[in-house]
Amino acid sequence: MSSGAIFGSLLELRQLDLLASGDSVIHRLDTRVKLLAAFGFILTVVSFDRYELSGLLPFFFVPLAVCATAGLPVWLVVRKALLVLPFALLIGAANPLLDQTVQLQLGTVGISGGWFSFTSIVLRALLTAAAAILLVAVSGVPAVCEALARLGVPQPLVIQLLFMYRYLFVLAEEAVHASRSRSLRSFGRRGMGPGPFAAMIAHLLLRSWERAERIHQAMLARGFTGQFLPSRRCRFGLPELTVLLLFVGGCLLLRLVNLPQLVGAAALGLFQGVV
Amino acid sequence: MNHPIVAADQLCFSYPDGTVALRSVSFRIRPGESVAIIGANGAGKSTLLQQLNGSLTPTTGQVRIGDVPVAPATPQEVRRSVGMVFQQPDDQLFMPTVYDDVAFGPLNLGMKGADLEQRVCLALDAVSARHLAAKPPYRLSAGEKKRVAIATVLAMDPTVLVMDEPTAGLDPYGRREIMQLLSTFDHTRIISSHDLDMVAQVCSRVVLLHEGEIRADGAPGEILTDTALLADCRLEPPLSLQACCVCGR
Repeated sequence: MSSGAIFGSLLELRQLDLLASGDSVIHRLDTRVKLLAAFGFILTVVSFDRYELSGLLPFFFVPLAVCATAGLPVWLVVRKALLVLPFALLIGAANPLLDQTVQLQLGTVGISGGWFSFTSIVLRALLTAAAAILLVAVSGVPAVCEALARLGVPQPLVIQLLFMYRYLFVLAEEAVHASRSRSLRSFGRRGMGPGPFAAMIAHLLLRSWERAERIHQAMLARGFTGQFLPSRRCRFGLPELTVLLLFVGGCLLLRLVNLPQLVGAAALGLFQGVV
Repeated sequence: MNHPIVAADQLCFSYPDGTVALRSVSFRIRPGESVAIIGANGAGKSTLLQQLNGSLTPTTGQVRIGDVPVAPATPQEVRRSVGMVFQQPDDQLFMPTVYDDVAFGPLNLGMKGADLEQRVCLALDAVSARHLAAKPPYRLSAGEKKRVAIATVLAMDPTVLVMDEPTAGLDPYGRREIMQLLSTFDHTRIISSHDLDMVAQVCSRVVLLHEGEIRADGAPGEILTDTALLADCRLEPPLSLQACCVCGR
């Protein structure tokens, strides 16, 4: 990976972090509400039948509505959600070959169940990725971690997440420097092979190890005894619970009532009535 | 604030690979004193600082902070009174935001609610960094990181401040800010540095280490002008005490 590519990914991550410092109704909401809402949304989306397509479509309005309310750039969320596309394509790639039962006949063309389930996997991957990205964009990783801890996720796991996020930038900057230094002293393919790359990664690992020891010393020096204590004041009262129940209720409603089919049937009825 | 005496008595330390880092180091630092630990690379400065808050345990000898000996059994007591500012602020600022980082120590001391907020704000005000509270550490400049790192320690309300290279890697303005800040503190300050100009201005006493031993201990005016002694310990007089390279005066 070139130093430019590492630097680019780093800047994108920072951009997401900056969005979390915004000020909107959604930003101000307790992160536990947002976390549980995102979880509810993801569960609802993945609970659909594997051939379901039309029922999934109304769920795309949810991220769009969140973007509009929180003032987030839709293109950024879409671009980041598209990053999961290769994985979704890989998972669903074999479906059209394995499941060739025709589910829909369009004139002479028969569309197999495999194509339906393949498209369904892609849509669900995009929706769940969008939900996770939006959660981070309106709360920030640290707040999500703190909410996880308050919801009872084991501390060691939360601390790992927090530290990974904090030192991702430091490590990435070190990787940028090492990568730049290697490419400046490489000519053509010489020096860019797997040997120097392995040495570079090994050095990064050793440096991270030493840094981890120094960080641990810094934590001990400030009275750390193994317990991470939350510093932010937060509130999860009746208003927060109402918002959460309304959101999850809305998701359930969309899950149980196939809106596109209803609209289609109503339009057809209207059309037949007119004719 | 009840300042303790910091005393080292016949302190010796060897690393597990056999490298001898400190040889019979003894000193006594009076309350409120500002002491510089100077020496070439590998002289034992960082090792000595780490003995002061119990991060390293001496092979023989002892460090005492007031009446409390620095020992594995007394780390919390010692760490509460000795605030350690690391050379690399990125090692010290491990929390997601400046506020969280400054709050980390007081939280571990059992503070919460309005008291905690007040303590954090006071510490940030002391280093003029209140406006940085919501920022993540990676978005701070090197000078801001150093100031915030100092605030994280001040929030613990220590009586002794131990600082490893506080002005290293800073631009001239950032360095000047840190020097002014250090001059405003009334804590006992123990500062390890290669920045001898800073030492000449900020410290009232200099302890010169060479190959793990104390070679000199006295006023900056005496030690920092002793060219032969400094050269023998692989150091040079600070620029402010050297003759002008243009006019020779």
